[in-house]
Amino acid sequence: MSETNPAASTVSSGHSRNGANVPLVRAVNVLKSFHGVEVLKGIDLDVHRGEVVCLLGPSGSGKTTFLRCINQLESIDGGRIWVDGDLMGFRDEQGQLHHLTDKEVATQRREIGMVFQRFNLFPHMTALENVAEAPVQVKGMKKKQARARAVELLEQVGLGDKPTSYPGQLSGGQQQRVAIARALAMDPKLMLFDEPTSALDPELVGEVLRVMRDLAKAGMTMIVVTHEMSFAREVADHVVFMDGGVVVEQGKPKDVIGNPQHERTQSFLRRMRSDEQQEQQSETEAVDPAAPASS
Amino acid sequence: MSQTPTAAPVATADRPGVIDARPVRHPGRWVALLVILVLIAMMISSFMTNERWGFGDALTIMNQTPVLEGLWKGTIVGTVGAMVIGVFGGVLIAVLRLSENPVLRFVSFVYTWFFRGIPRLVLLAMIGSGVGYLYNKIDFGFPFGQQFASFLGLSSDFTFFTLNVNQFSSTLLAGIIGLGLSEAAYMAEIARAGILSVDTGQNEAAAALGMSRGKAMRRIVLPQAMRVIVPPTGNETIAMVKDTSLLSAIPVITELFYQTSAIGNRTLLIMPAFVAVSAWYLIVGSVLMVGQYFLERRFGRGFGTGAPNRRFMRPAAAGGA
Repeated sequence: MSETNPAASTVSSGHSRNGANVPLVRAVNVLKSFHGVEVLKGIDLDVHRGEVVCLLGPSGSGKTTFLRCINQLESIDGGRIWVDGDLMGFRDEQGQLHHLTDKEVATQRREIGMVFQRFNLFPHMTALENVAEAPVQVKGMKKKQARARAVELLEQVGLGDKPTSYPGQLSGGQQQRVAIARALAMDPKLMLFDEPTSALDPELVGEVLRVMRDLAKAGMTMIVVTHEMSFAREVADHVVFMDGGVVVEQGKPKDVIGNPQHERTQSFLRRMRSDEQQEQQSETEAVDPAAPASS
Repeated sequence: MSQTPTAAPVATADRPGVIDARPVRHPGRWVALLVILVLIAMMISSFMTNERWGFGDALTIMNQTPVLEGLWKGTIVGTVGAMVIGVFGGVLIAVLRLSENPVLRFVSFVYTWFFRGIPRLVLLAMIGSGVGYLYNKIDFGFPFGQQFASFLGLSSDFTFFTLNVNQFSSTLLAGIIGLGLSEAAYMAEIARAGILSVDTGQNEAAAALGMSRGKAMRRIVLPQAMRVIVPPTGNETIAMVKDTSLLSAIPVITELFYQTSAIGNRTLLIMPAFVAVSAWYLIVGSVLMVGQYFLERRFGRGFGTGAPNRRFMRPAAAGGA
């Protein structure tokens, strides 16, 4: 992955409609409940162009739900979400909101890429077909052009040698990288990552994070729900710690992760840190004796 | 574990080598084989000695022109036609059943309820004689166009096309439509099960890419649902081959069973006629089973641990990580 990343051109060409000062994503007082249980209790978040925001927090804190609300995989019960100035899911006519039609919602989603925890690749299509599918079907791109672009994107995620493999023939890490390429094929202005490495074997996490790091370097705006603290520390411009459906603490990673103010953040980070240390320890133990034999 | 494996492991007393073990004995299998062989021998002997089987006559009946015409028009065209209507109609009804529109859901439910509840024999008999009695002809035009026209005294009554039901209802096409409509009700349930078997993550991924609901259904969900839909559809097709014999209720007489039994009755070769018709049904069914195998392979691609698609295989470097 070099600096002359194809994604770089993608991002720079997606010039803004509303000036650089307006945040690309603005969420105000987002409320969401499932069957009477409040999952999001008023989330506010601004994400600026080119920023990488990591959402941290214990499971059940609402971070995945919030991410899914941004591209309307979940509908919100209160508050507003704007992406690039567009109100998501509704049309505002002199203060009266109207639900958008399915078609209008689909149009809004086109410009938001999403990567799922469980990859959700299309199992009946090859890696190349997975990546080329949406540009052809949704944007009406010529098949040949879409395939050429798909090859490029697969190379970008380090899978230039796997275009004809079906998802079932790829490792988890490879599948997730195809999924990233598939999302990038729509030239999104925003990428959402929903715990992209949580379903992976530990030794496969690195390859996915590397692709995401390159993407961030190329200037892509990203919102990442993750448990990878080192990734958040190194890559994120802004870290949001959520718990119980509210934002507990947010700011620069070195502040939130390095010097958390809130008690809940502190205890969460302590738990994560001890887990990480244990993992590292067991890894070194497992690797050491085999070291001389490995070729 | 850290030891480098040597090229040829040598077996010693404390390090066992290649396994050479006796297989488990299955005496029961040999007994079963013997019993089956004896039964087959008895059967063949009875075929040879009992002249009433009349295999030669059966072969002659199988090759009679009316029988072959019945096989082609009634059985093969009938099965293909009815299954085409059944599969497309069934998928459509399943999609309606899973739609968000409550009116469409209800329509789909009522359709399935009606056509699953009526025996095919009754349905075909009704189409053959009853519908033509109720409606001599069916005019296609604007709803209530004729009533409007007579009320307003217009010269045109907005009728574009008139179908003579009395003639149409006794044709092969009417029978095929009847069987197809009935089949659609069963196929709808099969298609619904197939659609529901696809992981919801697939719909979400398609939606996140900006695909419309319809496109996600056509491009992503249905192709995967086919893996579940095809095997029971093969079953339905083979059942349909046999159900084409019900076409004689229309009555359509260019139909396999009707023709063979007619010859059997005329020539008093009753049993050879039954043998002939059974042989044809078995042959058609066998051909269909082969077709089903290839369909299953086609729609099973990307699933399981099958070999990579050979058509597009190229020498790729191992490992992409």
